[in-house]
Amino acid sequence: MGILVDENTKVVVQGITGKEGTFHTRQMVAYGTNIVAGVTPGKGGEKVEGIAVLNRVKDAVDIFGANASCIFVPPAFASDAMIEAADAGIGVIVCITEGIPTLDMIKTVHFIRKCGAVLIGPNTPGIISPGKTKVGIMPGQVHKQGGIGVISRSGTLTYEVVDQLTRVGLGQSTCIGLGGDPIAGASFIDHLRRFKEDEETEGVVLIGEIGGTAEEEAAEYIEEEFNKPTMAFIAGQTAPPGRRMGHAGAIISGGKGKAEDKINALKAHGITVVLNLGQLGKTALHVFK
Amino acid sequence: MKIHEFQAKDLFQAFGIPVPSGKLATSPSQAVDIAKGLTGPPWVVKAQIHAGGRGKGGGVRLTNSFEEVERAVDEILSNPLITPQTGPSGQKVRQLLIEEGLDIDKEFYLGIVIDRRLECPAMIFSQAGGMEIEEVSAKHPELVLIEAIDIIHGFMPYQARNFFYAIEPMPDKAISREFSAIMTRLYKLFISKDCSLVEINPLVITKSGKVVALDAKINFDDNALFRQKDTAQLHDPYEMDELEAQASKYNLNYIRLDGNIGAMVNGAGLAMATMDVIKLAGAEPANFLDVGGGASEEMVTNGIKIILSDKRVKAILINIFGGIMRCDVLARGVVKAAEEVEIKAPLIVRLEGTNVEEGREILKNSNLDFSVAKDMEEAARMVAQQVS
Repeated sequence: MGILVDENTKVVVQGITGKEGTFHTRQMVAYGTNIVAGVTPGKGGEKVEGIAVLNRVKDAVDIFGANASCIFVPPAFASDAMIEAADAGIGVIVCITEGIPTLDMIKTVHFIRKCGAVLIGPNTPGIISPGKTKVGIMPGQVHKQGGIGVISRSGTLTYEVVDQLTRVGLGQSTCIGLGGDPIAGASFIDHLRRFKEDEETEGVVLIGEIGGTAEEEAAEYIEEEFNKPTMAFIAGQTAPPGRRMGHAGAIISGGKGKAEDKINALKAHGITVVLNLGQLGKTALHVFK
Repeated sequence: MKIHEFQAKDLFQAFGIPVPSGKLATSPSQAVDIAKGLTGPPWVVKAQIHAGGRGKGGGVRLTNSFEEVERAVDEILSNPLITPQTGPSGQKVRQLLIEEGLDIDKEFYLGIVIDRRLECPAMIFSQAGGMEIEEVSAKHPELVLIEAIDIIHGFMPYQARNFFYAIEPMPDKAISREFSAIMTRLYKLFISKDCSLVEINPLVITKSGKVVALDAKINFDDNALFRQKDTAQLHDPYEMDELEAQASKYNLNYIRLDGNIGAMVNGAGLAMATMDVIKLAGAEPANFLDVGGGASEEMVTNGIKIILSDKRVKAILINIFGGIMRCDVLARGVVKAAEEVEIKAPLIVRLEGTNVEEGREILKNSNLDFSVAKDMEEAARMVAQQVS
C-alpha cells in the first residue's frame, strides 16, 4: 500500500542524459526503483546506466509499459515534457525542475488534469514509498517503511522531518513533495484524500510554509472529512512580507500567506502544530501513539 | 522582479493604456524644465523607488509653481525616503517622475494577480480607488470585485460587464467602453510580459471625462525572465541590498534581515525553519541564506564570505541536512572560506545526512574553531547563547 507509487511502478526518466537526470537515475536504481526507460529527444538508441534511451515518452509507454515519469528537463522545456507524459498516458508525473514560468504551469496543470494524470511538483523532491520505490531526488536512507504519510511543500525540510520521524521509530507509508512553486499539480487535500483510503497510512504530517492558502484549505478539509491523526509544521514564522524566500511560492503578498494565519487555522481545526522544528519527532510520538 | 512606476507607465503606453504626460528627472533644474513643457500648474512630483507607501513618506507631492517643483525635487533627492516599506533607514531616491496634475472626478482600482487557489489569473476591480486594496478587502470586502480569467479564453467582454453592473452608479456607455478596453489591454500586457502582478491604483476618470492610469505597478515572474529579455533590462541594481546583489551573482538565495545571527542552510524550507528556531531560542537571524539543495563547495565558500561581510553578525549557524548535497562538500567549502577570510564570530555547525561522518572529520581536522550541535534545537540554543 502507500499511495500513488509502489513496487509495481515503472518509471521513465525524462531528461535522463543530463547531469542531474543521470545522477538521480543511478540513485533511484540503487534504491530499488524500477526504471524501465529514459527519454531524451534526439538521443534515442543510447544507454544510461544500462537503461535504454528513447526519443519519445509514447515509446516508453507502448514498449516498456511505463506508468510514472520523473522529469529533469530545463525550465524552458519542462511544460512540453509534462504535457507529453500526460498525453502518452503516464499516470503519475513527477517534475523535479525548478524555475518554470507560472503562466506555463497554469496551462500545464489544466491539461494534465484533463488527461486524468497526477502531477507532483514542479520544484519538488518527488515521491517515495519507503522500502518499495522512490521517484525523485530525496536521500533514500533517511526513510523507513511504516504508517505515516508525509505531504510537504519543501525539500530538505522534509528530509529533516522524515529523519526525525524515523529516529523516533515512526516509519512512513509515502512521502510527497508538493513543490515550492505558486502553481503545483496537486494540493494537500488531493493527497489527504488518497491517504484517507490507504490502509497502511495511520496518520499524516503536513509540512507547509508561507505563501498562498493551501494549508488553511487543508485544515478545513481535515476537520470535516479526514479520519486519521494529523499534525503540521509551518516554516517561515519569521519571514518578512513581500520577499520571495527561496521558493517562488514562498512569499507573503497582499497580507496573505502568513505563517501565523496558517498556524491559527490549523489549530482552530483541531490539528497539532509543532512550532519548534527541533521538537517534531517527540511531538509525533504523542500524536501518533 | 519589480520595476519603477515610470517603467511601468512606459509599458502601459506601449499597450495603449492612457497615462498622464510626464518625464523622468534626476535633478531639480531638469525637473523644472520638464514642468515647463507640461500643462500646469499643478504638477506632480513622484519619487521613483520600488517600496510602496511613497505618498505617506512624502515622496509624492503636488506642486503649484516652478519654485515648488524645484524645492520638492531637491528635498526628495537630498534625504533617504522613509516609507512603511523601506525600513527605518529609508531608500535613497535617484530619479523622479514629473507629471501634469489632473482634475480627478472619480478613482478606481484595477489589478491582475495570479490566484493560486483557482490556478489562474484574476482581475480585481474596485470603486474604492486610491486606498490600499488589502485594506479595502479587509474593511469592505463587498467593494472588491474579482473575475477569475480562463487561461485559454482570456479576459472576456462579459467579465467587464460583470464589473459594471455590480457598481453603483453604473458607469455611462463611453466610460464603460474605455474601462473595458483598458481591462483587455492590461490582461494582454500581463500575459505577454509574464507578469505576476499589475496594478493601477488609482485608475481615474477626470472631470473632462477621460480615463487615465494615475499610478502603475508591475511585478514580473522571475522564472520567466529567460524569455523576457527586454524586461530583464529594466532591473535596477540600485534597488537591491549590496549583499543581496552579491549573493545573486553567486546564485545564492540571500535575504538580509534585522538580527545578528548569520545563518547558512541548504534548502529554502529548512532555511526558513532555521530562522524560526533561532527566533524561538530568543535571538534574531541576520539573514536568510539558502545555498540550495545541491550546492557546490564554491557556493558554500561564497555563502560564508557573504555572511562574514555583514558587520552585524555576532555568531554563525550552519545547518545542513545532506540529501543531494553531501556533508563533505559543505565541510570543504567552510574550511576553504576560513582559509581565505578570518572567521571571528563563534561558529556553530549542525550536520546531518549524506556523508555526515566524512564532513565532521574534515571540519575536525581543520584549524577551524567551531562547536558541533547534535540537532536543530541544540544548534539554535547554542547560537543564541553566544549573543545573549
